[in-house]
Amino acid sequence: MTTGKQLIKGNTAIVEAALDAGCRFYAGYPITPQNEIPETMSWRMPEEGGTFIQAESELISINMVFGASAAGARAMTTSSSPGISLMQEGISYMAGCELPAVLVNVMRGGPGLGNIAPSQSDYFQAVKPGHGDFHIITLAPHNISEMYDYTFDAFDLADKYRIPVMILADGLLGQLMENVELDRSRKPALLNAPKPWALTGASGRKGQRIVSLLMQPGALEKHNMDLNEKYNLIKKNETRHELAGMEKNPEYLIAAFGTCARISKGTMNIAADAGIKTGLFRPITLWPFPYEALKEAAKKVKKVFVFEMNLGQMVEDVRLAVGDDSKIEFYGRPGGGVPTAEELFEFIRGKVK
Amino acid sequence: MAEKIVYKKPDSLTDKIFSYCWGCGHSTVHKIIAELIDELGMREKTIAVAPVGCAVFAYDFWNFDTTEAAHGRAPVVATAIKRVHPGHLVFSYQGDGDLASIGMAEIIHTANRGENLTIIFINNTNYGMTGGQMAPTTLIGQKTTTSPAGRNIKQNGYPIKMSEMLAQFESVKYVERVKVTNAASVIKAKKAIKKGFLNQLNGTGFSFIEVLSACPANWRMEPLAAKAHIDGVISKYYPVGLIKDIK
Ligand SMILES: Cc1ncc(C[n+]2csc(CCOP(=O)(O)OP(=O)(O)O)c2C)c(N)n1
Ligand code: SF4
Repeated sequence: MTTGKQLIKGNTAIVEAALDAGCRFYAGYPITPQNEIPETMSWRMPEEGGTFIQAESELISINMVFGASAAGARAMTTSSSPGISLMQEGISYMAGCELPAVLVNVMRGGPGLGNIAPSQSDYFQAVKPGHGDFHIITLAPHNISEMYDYTFDAFDLADKYRIPVMILADGLLGQLMENVELDRSRKPALLNAPKPWALTGASGRKGQRIVSLLMQPGALEKHNMDLNEKYNLIKKNETRHELAGMEKNPEYLIAAFGTCARISKGTMNIAADAGIKTGLFRPITLWPFPYEALKEAAKKVKKVFVFEMNLGQMVEDVRLAVGDDSKIEFYGRPGGGVPTAEELFEFIRGKVK
Repeated sequence: MAEKIVYKKPDSLTDKIFSYCWGCGHSTVHKIIAELIDELGMREKTIAVAPVGCAVFAYDFWNFDTTEAAHGRAPVVATAIKRVHPGHLVFSYQGDGDLASIGMAEIIHTANRGENLTIIFINNTNYGMTGGQMAPTTLIGQKTTTSPAGRNIKQNGYPIKMSEMLAQFESVKYVERVKVTNAASVIKAKKAIKKGFLNQLNGTGFSFIEVLSACPANWRMEPLAAKAHIDGVISKYYPVGLIKDIK
């Protein structure tokens, strides 16, 4: 893969972004629709001099990533919904130990084994993972160049804040091939930043530890407060969203992320042709969620249409942001259902006539 | 006349006093590991993985780099650390609940991949930390807080012999079962762990040392009686000695 215009699959873009960002440890277990990632990693990672391991379960993948990260490497694992469920324990440990890593969920339909069609069924899990009082950063790409860019950015974000960062994609973004312009000239800003906390052998110093267990009275409470300070800093510095179409003073706003946001851009054109002006609010970070920006945008419109490929998950955050439930109209397709732009437009038309 | 030092606390131990119960095998094994790391000159190039179990606090006592791992996952955490730092001495230290129950998949696949690691397996036939519940290694008839009538074959099957099982894997190079009940057995245990460390440093591959270890608190025994119990009862089902050694 080179710089410039090229036809590339979403899952492959993730691999190349990780390698460009200096990821040198990958562990993963097969699951559709993300298999191209471990398959491509199995030969691309050794080419770059890194370690590829086909883990024997997602429990093993995430704990290998824990170990690699503790040892100071840039590490990644990827999976799809059921596999991400198995990783919840490890994600919680990594949050507690403040270990950076990049995780990718190429979502499919659920619950249970569900199906292998694209879905946004794991929004709740992505923004409220694991046990204990913690957050991870979650980025939601909506096209293939963002699959590359956000994955690339995720490694610096993870190191900057010593936090796991999740790329929340879906089967459509993973499988889709697009002719995209990739800027591969970027250098990861923090790749060579020192990691004094990492376990590299106690050369010239006392032994150090990576732990989440804090049994002294008050120690864990203090750790939680320190984590919270970090989370507040992330909220302040890293909250991202895209707002489109507001220059035409639309009467209605669509709120959608990932694939649904992409489909909604088609809906906006259909609506414009029918004389209905809409704007689009697309959260890029799902955690931290862009509450303030959405609140401001929603003030300017009569209604906020929330579209998701689930039965209403992000809509809970939209309600919190907007603060006026009467303004909110939700439409969702669960179980691997992918709405068309026309279908979403019909829903809007039904509510605004 | 200049003083001659015949014994001192290893540099690989911190000043913290062991918090394990009296007569607990963990203290003995922690100490011999620290002595060995000093003897091998590896304190500055060792990374250990502590378990979830009573030895979760190992990092309070060891003065070399140590990470925790989620319950049972230590071998795969160690795998990744070793792959990132292939020149370092990396070992996991795990109890029998951690390794033989919740972490069974992790230890089997790590052994089968033939990772160049040393695994130290502390078999005290119960879950020490959580109050003495039944483990997969609990002896037939042994009373624990979750087998108050004694372990029953019909319901619970037979105690798992991890060492014999792992020795079946082609890629496992060295397996030995030892005990720490008296000076002579401690010296043997130390030799076995040393061999496990040297195998790793020589690139020989996966080594597994099982240590029969007393848990006087949960066995409801005095320390000496607990050690006698290992010599007289436990080592009958789990015989000590070399199980596999491939150069
Ligand atoms: C996922 C999970 N399940 C259960 C526990 C509770 N737990 C802590 S230690 C332990 C058993 C430890 O026993 P063992 O590995 O035999 O070590 P010992 O304490 O005897 O040295 C258990 C079940 C836990 N921490 N995490
Ligand atoms: S409970 Fe058992 S294993 Fe744990 S410290 Fe006490 S004696 Fe040792």
